[in-house]
Amino acid sequence: MNFAIKPVMLWTDALVFALIAAIALFVWYTNRHEHLRAPWRKVMRSTSGMMAATVLFAYVLVGVLDTLHYQRALPLEKQTAEMHYSPEVLSALDALAEPLRLRQERTFSAPFAAYAHSKETMQGPDGATMRDYPRLKFGGAHLKDPAAERPADIARGVLQGVALASLLWMLVSAVLTGIVASDRGASFAQTSGALWRGELDIPWRAVLLTLGALLIVAGPLVVLSGRYHVFGTDKVGQDVLYLTLKSIRTGLVIGTVTTLVMLPFALVLGIMAGYLKGWVDDLIQYIYTTLSSIPSVLLIAAAVLMIQVYMDTRPEIFDSVTRRADFRLLFLCMILGVTSWTGLCRLLRGEALKLRELEYVQAAQAFGVRRWKIMARHILPNVFHLVIITTVLGFSGLVLAEAVLSYVGVGVDPAMNSFGTMINSARLELAREPVVWWLLAAAFAFMFLLVLSANLFADAVRDALDPRVRAQVARPVFHSRRAGSRA
Amino acid sequence: MLRYVIRRVLYAIPILIGVNLLTFALFFVVNTPDDMARMQLGVKRVTPEAIENWKRDRGYDKPLVLNSAATGFAKVTDTIFWNHSARLFVLDFGKAESDGRDIRHQIATRMGPSLAIALPVFLVGMATYITFALLMALLRATYLDFSGVVLCVAAMSISSMFYIIGGQYLVSKLWNLVPISGFAGDLSAWRFMILPVAVGLLGGFGESSRWYRTIFLEEINRDYVRTARAKGLPEGRVLIHHVLRNALIPILTGAVVAIPTLFLGSLVTESFFGIPGLGSYTIDAISSQDFTVVRSMVFLGSILYIVGLILTDISYTIVDPRIRFE
Repeated sequence: MNFAIKPVMLWTDALVFALIAAIALFVWYTNRHEHLRAPWRKVMRSTSGMMAATVLFAYVLVGVLDTLHYQRALPLEKQTAEMHYSPEVLSALDALAEPLRLRQERTFSAPFAAYAHSKETMQGPDGATMRDYPRLKFGGAHLKDPAAERPADIARGVLQGVALASLLWMLVSAVLTGIVASDRGASFAQTSGALWRGELDIPWRAVLLTLGALLIVAGPLVVLSGRYHVFGTDKVGQDVLYLTLKSIRTGLVIGTVTTLVMLPFALVLGIMAGYLKGWVDDLIQYIYTTLSSIPSVLLIAAAVLMIQVYMDTRPEIFDSVTRRADFRLLFLCMILGVTSWTGLCRLLRGEALKLRELEYVQAAQAFGVRRWKIMARHILPNVFHLVIITTVLGFSGLVLAEAVLSYVGVGVDPAMNSFGTMINSARLELAREPVVWWLLAAAFAFMFLLVLSANLFADAVRDALDPRVRAQVARPVFHSRRAGSRA
Repeated sequence: MLRYVIRRVLYAIPILIGVNLLTFALFFVVNTPDDMARMQLGVKRVTPEAIENWKRDRGYDKPLVLNSAATGFAKVTDTIFWNHSARLFVLDFGKAESDGRDIRHQIATRMGPSLAIALPVFLVGMATYITFALLMALLRATYLDFSGVVLCVAAMSISSMFYIIGGQYLVSKLWNLVPISGFAGDLSAWRFMILPVAVGLLGGFGESSRWYRTIFLEEINRDYVRTARAKGLPEGRVLIHHVLRNALIPILTGAVVAIPTLFLGSLVTESFFGIPGLGSYTIDAISSQDFTVVRSMVFLGSILYIVGLILTDISYTIVDPRIRFE
């Protein structure tokens, strides 16, 4: 067996890493400037915001793991031959969840089931044909008599998971308390007491409780996912937990990379229009009015249809399914960006129009500072809070939009796991008897938690960064009615 | 006023030209008609003759913008741009690629069902959300208000598809109250309409109620409200006579612009419930890769959106006497 691997950088991976680098830079810069730190301190004092951030952190962790892609080396045939790599692109998450990925059943099975979901014709032990529920290849395969042993086995797994989770949680709590204690210069016991009485500035108690809740749920799932399909399996027998975990990255990429792609345009054009005025303003206004007057679903549909034709007639460009799906995801982010930058651009223009009349900008003008320098040094830093608010507010809308677009058929590649493709494949199965509910339930739970925490976190950020803007920042995409795009 | 409207309509023309050029570029320059033909006929094993035939049948065999072989006006008019893009301005959408039916006729017949769902959702929705938001504003800073906001945030975190799927499963499949999908052309259509309308109402509930609440709360801190309270008006009267009236301006910005686009219907709702409206028409066009229909819908959507913008500006003058367009 050959364990050599070759790291693979897909397009969206590169953008995700660029985004992480940008955030790191931003944090570093903000940390050094007191006036920039103040609003973020307010975010950190918000209980709901910090709880949401904890949940989001868990999602991001899964997403980042799923972004570290590599190809595995194929077994060497001759010692002299050069290394060949499997065309299959895997990620660190795949490696961690390898049992989930590989233990594929034949078709549907319910969560924690030991038997398939529907009857099949089989050969009985005596050679006669009969119809019964066949045993699963992997789910509950370690049990001799599932009917009798399964409840106890599951209970044991849950206990083990909870025990593991508690241990981990206590460890994290201790480390965190230690850090906070050394930060405050107080003793560990004192800090711990203050923390659990909720007397600290930052609601660490809420963070730890959220983390505890997450771990308590995750622990048993992790333990039991080794023996059962905890969320069941889908039509082709894939583990639904695995599908859901893989969908997280897609949602996160759509929610963040879209903003990254559209940001330069919105920033440059919005500030230019507001600061320079005149024909530049007219032209930029014309561009964004034209773009925003096309209902976004339709523009996205048209663009994605066109790129589909482009990709289908040029199969030679994309050498593997993963690359193809990745390119389509990137393109979807780009076109979503095009439809959503207009709102931010308009907002930035308005703010720049206001700022250019302020004394400090006029002083800069009087000193003869160049126009582009005024825009970069004096306007940009003062509109940046709008960028952050729009970005954070837009995230949840984009995650929801992905599901709708994938249903319409202009979303991500069908080969790519996403909440949209999951819902789409599951909705027809509701007509089955007995009903296949676990696909939808899993997609619902994971998506709801993600979008809910994103919404709560966005609220905290918005309240802290600019109470004036409030809900006036239109959600860039699929702001269902107000954007005129009825999704 | 009339002058202002005329000016606004004239402003719309360059924007529509922009939309037209953009869709033209998207549909004919990014991919050549050859690519589209290959796509429609199947990528592999397609003869050049088949492609030529496909293009000739649909008039795609002409030059893009300038026909140098023709003379006089035909230089411009005998081109793909003229026949397929410029004609959209006179609402001549042409024929669908997939089934050859007249698109304008389809749009005219499908607007009705779309409107039958979208209009009740819009009207009842506005009334419900505003009432709920006013209630939250009345009870502001109490636990009831807080739970209302929590409810809204939770509701807006659920994808609209789950409302549809859940509604269909519970109401139609388990309880057997109304048909799961379909539509009727006569008055008996109400049985098909109830569920999509209810689901539409639920889907917009969280976001809109919360948005209206924010607007109300912004108004509630103004000086004129304090004056109204100071002169002894009861809180309910303050809310309805003063706050609601002044909050109507931002509410209208969001609402009026949506009225013309109601004709387009909702893609997902219509396709889930099998309503023969423009939304499901678009979805079908997307899945059968009917570029002509998609292009027509893009253009129609833009027209309706621009009409909505003009209506919004006009409605301002009606609700806010301070605004005059001279």
